[in-house]
Amino acid sequence: MTALALNRKTLRALLPLASLALVLAATFYAQPRTMSYFGLNLMLQYAVPIALATIAQMFIITVNDLDLSIGPFVGLVGCIGATYLHDTPVLGILALLLCIGAYAAMAALIHLRNLPSIVVTLGASFIWLGIAVMILPSPGGKAPDWLKAIMSLQVPLIPFPIIAALLIALLVHIGLMTSSYGVIMRGTGGNPRAMARAGWSELKTKMVMYGLAGFFGVLSGLSLIGLTTSADAHIADRYTLYAIAGVILGGGEFVGGRVSPFGAVIGALTLALAGSFLIFMRISPDWQIGAQGAILIIVLALRALISAGEARR
Amino acid sequence: MTNIWTKLRAQPWIWSFIAMIAVWLATIAFTGGQGAGEILTAALSFATFTIIIGLGQMMVITTGPGNVDLSIPATITLAGVVATKVMDTDNARLLIGILAALGASFVVGLFNYGLIRLLRIPPIIATLSSSFLILSTAISYGRGIRIKPPPMLADFATTRILGVPLLAIFVLALSIGIALLIKRTLYGRTVLAIGQNPRAARLAGLNVDLTRFATYLLSALLAGVTGIVLSGFSGGAALNMGEGFLLASIAVVVIGGTSVAGGRANVPGIWGAALFIYLLDTMLNTFGASAGIRLIMTGVIIIAVITIAGGDRQQR
Repeated sequence: MTALALNRKTLRALLPLASLALVLAATFYAQPRTMSYFGLNLMLQYAVPIALATIAQMFIITVNDLDLSIGPFVGLVGCIGATYLHDTPVLGILALLLCIGAYAAMAALIHLRNLPSIVVTLGASFIWLGIAVMILPSPGGKAPDWLKAIMSLQVPLIPFPIIAALLIALLVHIGLMTSSYGVIMRGTGGNPRAMARAGWSELKTKMVMYGLAGFFGVLSGLSLIGLTTSADAHIADRYTLYAIAGVILGGGEFVGGRVSPFGAVIGALTLALAGSFLIFMRISPDWQIGAQGAILIIVLALRALISAGEARR
Repeated sequence: MTNIWTKLRAQPWIWSFIAMIAVWLATIAFTGGQGAGEILTAALSFATFTIIIGLGQMMVITTGPGNVDLSIPATITLAGVVATKVMDTDNARLLIGILAALGASFVVGLFNYGLIRLLRIPPIIATLSSSFLILSTAISYGRGIRIKPPPMLADFATTRILGVPLLAIFVLALSIGIALLIKRTLYGRTVLAIGQNPRAARLAGLNVDLTRFATYLLSALLAGVTGIVLSGFSGGAALNMGEGFLLASIAVVVIGGTSVAGGRANVPGIWGAALFIYLLDTMLNTFGASAGIRLIMTGVIIIAVITIAGGDRQQR
């Protein structure tokens, strides 16, 4: 019985990896030429900003909230990066710090007034988009050269996006899953009242988590314009959905602080690959979005199947 | 006098009406009293669509934490596209078109709840994933062509009686119907009970699954109705017609004083909040604000209103 239970648990943990492997295999089958250093580099380069945005969303989901503003926020960071950060770096860095501060302030507002995170972040998404439109009314700007240099880094043998993604996952894993403060943060998602009784301020935890989400949102926006070399206020509107889907594909749970940084990054890679796969399969552009929804549903259905077996024991 | 004010202040919907009147007064103060009535008539026309979907979203949110329907914008688009395409500008095909569009919405509701119940997917993710599929279906079926609505549908959606849009009167009847549904029927009482405590509701012998199923169906059908009348109102269905309704559907529910934690619904608040959101847009336009400023102000004011109206003080 124990062996079986262990099996189910490993199965569940392996599901994100298995979905990634499946999408990867399908992509290789559809277009064998992608099975190379350059092919992978090209297909996965946009996985880096998506993975960073997914990690940002994961921090929010850890404390049982949901961020519907991460896409426009990444777009805003992109606009700041391609204007102020390029022209007047000091001002640019200050503006980005302010953005992170705004995220922490959002957490304070949500916690102190006991507001639903969905509505506050939905409202905030308008603010980010508005500021971005004012900074950059039409697509343009220039990404700083050092950003472009980092994002076009050529590493021998293993493509840079894969190394970057693994590095991001490892760092967050160490911070959130193995450190004692990480346990407190996840505990706040699991049982806020218990953590508060144990003397940990929920306000502080939430502000730290939102601040971290803002920080990773900034990294996501900067890495994105490092790839595109210019920016637009609407450049990352889809990231809100990608980030939520990435966390869930990676095995994260909506409540209870049950998340996985490696899973989230794997989920982001799967989503990025799925886009390429659909193009190779010559699926009509009409069905591109639909197919991504279908992938999400299939993975969740598989997970439900495994969990149902778990419950039946 | 103070007594009335104390009583009024306890009503969860009062804040949305105060906000709405404040914004309206600010607008007419700016124009010097010009077009005060016209602005209200226009607001009534445009707000009706938000009110219909708001009612559906309110029922879903009332069934408890985590319940929300994110597929509403996609369903609006699908229903609009199906309706105008089946009607094919022909008055005689009006009824078939309406039935086809509502049928499509019914399937959406069925599918959403299937994902939630059978696959145990959290409602947010379930409705989000299904919205991708619905949107793709609409894009593939509609092929981006704008078909005019039949004259009868267009007339119904745009007629005004003494300055009051006919549509607004229908939506008022619908709102009263929903309010009675909540207060007077077994279904409505069950929705409130589930929102307050699903375990207790189940133990009390209420049919929790059937009620939640009916609620997701209702939300999808109301989104379908919105799609049909909106395509009549705006001269045809467009693939982006659902855009903007996601924020609106959730915002009107929350600003209107319905509890996000579930278990408490508020119909009048939906009206106040929907009118407020439209009047806010009108005010910023009247002030001649740039697109950026308009977006920022919309976000700031929505956050400000829910901050003032307060979250759930009675959360368990």
